[in-house]
Amino acid sequence: MTAPTTSTTAADARGRWGEYGGVFVPESLMEALRRLEAARSEAWADPDFHAELARLNKQVIGRPTPLYLASRLTEMAGGARIWLKREDMAFTGAHKINNTLGQLLLTKRMGKSRVLAETGAGMHGVATAAAAAYFGIPCRVYMGAEDTRRQSHNVARMKMLGAEVFPVATGTQTLKDAINEALRDWVTTVEDTHYVIGSVVGPHPFPQMVGDLQSVIGREARDQMLDQAGKLPNAVLACVGGGSNAIGIFRGFLEDAAVKIYGVEAAGTGVEGTPHSAAIGLGRPGVLHGARSYLLQDPDGQILPAHSVAPGLDYPGVGPEHSMLKDSGRVDYLTATDSDALAAFKALATSEGILPALESSHAVARGLDLAKQIGKGGDVLVCLSGRGDKDVDIVAGSLGL
Amino acid sequence: MSIEVKFDLGAHLRQKVLDGRKLVVPYLTCGLPTPQDFIDLYVSLGEYADAIEVGIPFSDPVMDGPVIQASSVKALEAGITVDGCLGLISEALKRSSTPAVVMTYYNPVHSAGLHEFAAKASAAGVSGLIVPDLPYEECDELDRVLKQQQMALIQLVAPTTPAERASMLAAASRGWVYAVSRMGVTGMQESLASAASEVVDRIKPFTDIPVLVGVGISSPELAVEACRVADGVIVGTAVVKRVLEDDLEGVVGLIREIQKAVNQADR
Repeated sequence: MTAPTTSTTAADARGRWGEYGGVFVPESLMEALRRLEAARSEAWADPDFHAELARLNKQVIGRPTPLYLASRLTEMAGGARIWLKREDMAFTGAHKINNTLGQLLLTKRMGKSRVLAETGAGMHGVATAAAAAYFGIPCRVYMGAEDTRRQSHNVARMKMLGAEVFPVATGTQTLKDAINEALRDWVTTVEDTHYVIGSVVGPHPFPQMVGDLQSVIGREARDQMLDQAGKLPNAVLACVGGGSNAIGIFRGFLEDAAVKIYGVEAAGTGVEGTPHSAAIGLGRPGVLHGARSYLLQDPDGQILPAHSVAPGLDYPGVGPEHSMLKDSGRVDYLTATDSDALAAFKALATSEGILPALESSHAVARGLDLAKQIGKGGDVLVCLSGRGDKDVDIVAGSLGL
Repeated sequence: MSIEVKFDLGAHLRQKVLDGRKLVVPYLTCGLPTPQDFIDLYVSLGEYADAIEVGIPFSDPVMDGPVIQASSVKALEAGITVDGCLGLISEALKRSSTPAVVMTYYNPVHSAGLHEFAAKASAAGVSGLIVPDLPYEECDELDRVLKQQQMALIQLVAPTTPAERASMLAAASRGWVYAVSRMGVTGMQESLASAASEVVDRIKPFTDIPVLVGVGISSPELAVEACRVADGVIVGTAVVKRVLEDDLEGVVGLIREIQKAVNQADR
């Protein structure tokens, strides 16, 4: 049985991950967060909840997702074997559904009658809309106006699934502003509404809850490596925006000291002085969206606009558990540029017939390097967090197709 | 430099209440409509206001509705900085004895460093601080630092705050207790939410300092209604809307009217 509580990491009683995390929200939300944490810990301790979650994972999401040996990509890189954890094959096309079905199950348990969500690339919005439809609960999704243009395909999908999509035209019109607007909605509607946060960000207990629900990725991947490769990988990689697919796969390997773990942030164009999304690599600790974590900000503490060709990585912050893992040295954080990601996208498409999400392509890019570095006889595991259908327009434009 | 207004905001306002007055606190976004006009407006409003809440703009103000958001964007685009804001407050306080309370989000304070921010604010003559995304559980360090500088950290109490928690927040608050009148972000409303008087009732038994109602107080009528239970009101969006329209006389007029209305009603 899959038990989300078996993760080896947890926030302390104040919701802190070392000196990160916490609960930095208006007083109006404090009682709702207290009740959410009470409901979460009660559900997490309830075998019936886990049984139902296991059923949803299997019958709705199609878990376990495959562990896939990318043979031709391995040949192309000329080094260690490259394994892909195929979250792109999960229902709705990304790891996001692992979180949303779990949170909707909890929503129902709490007796709330409406959900809201934010989305960047649209994958979390689609996953929330699908889970809300499954449970028969009305759903509203906030999405930056810029992102509704970049990922119009996903806007249509959300609407078809019965969700209301609200374009957010304030600020940078991307994920950060969608979260601001979702929080403003929640301050007003908290008594009957649950906010389905899409990543390991936000005030406690969200980073804990989302990380626990995503840790199924790492649990499966570890078992599958032992089963299919006969050993653990030398290195595990995942892309990091807010960082939920990364926490999901990392949690499976944190206690395996011999396994090196890498998060890959988006460097944008890679040109110095231009916007990027490398909050851990180039930011400093600050407080945004309810938690203390690494953050892109100016000297006055104003939040800086982020950029990435991958809308799901286009966020100036990162989950607090990542900030702790960075400081402890357990995880190394690398970057990949827009063009690195596009090259990796193309490599994976032509070698394996897989169109990866541009977000995941950042991890594939650094995975190819590490495979070369580690060399033959080694194994590299990359979390392929989502599929790239949503990105065909961006990629076609960039590659001049 | 430092101004000689190091006093206890809570005691000062409490004395006014004991003298039979209801309190009126307008909110201004720092630096608008222009830095010089801001200073003049502060001084003019100071004639009718019991304290003035000055917003230091933040890029991501999650507790604010569209009007105050727009004012933050405008001030930041005009190049206002945290130091710039404190400089303007300091200038205004040279010409006005009305106490200044800063309202800002936690990241600009955290980014400056709590000690450094408090020292600068104190040097500017600021009497208190409101940080809407810093709940009681996270405020220990800032509270301690502000107390060293004799500045008040004002706690907010919401309609969803349970009674026991409300009593704790009321006891911890300095300067005044900010009673949030309804669930939601800042903005105007037509009628006072019934939640407002319930919140005030929950706070009153646990504090000696004034209880002020804020969020949604846009007219003299609503202010009078709020003052039936509360010691005064905070008027934000209705003021900022007029500032954005460059109607500075309208701002002063509104606060004068509210002051008159709440101190004439029922007596």
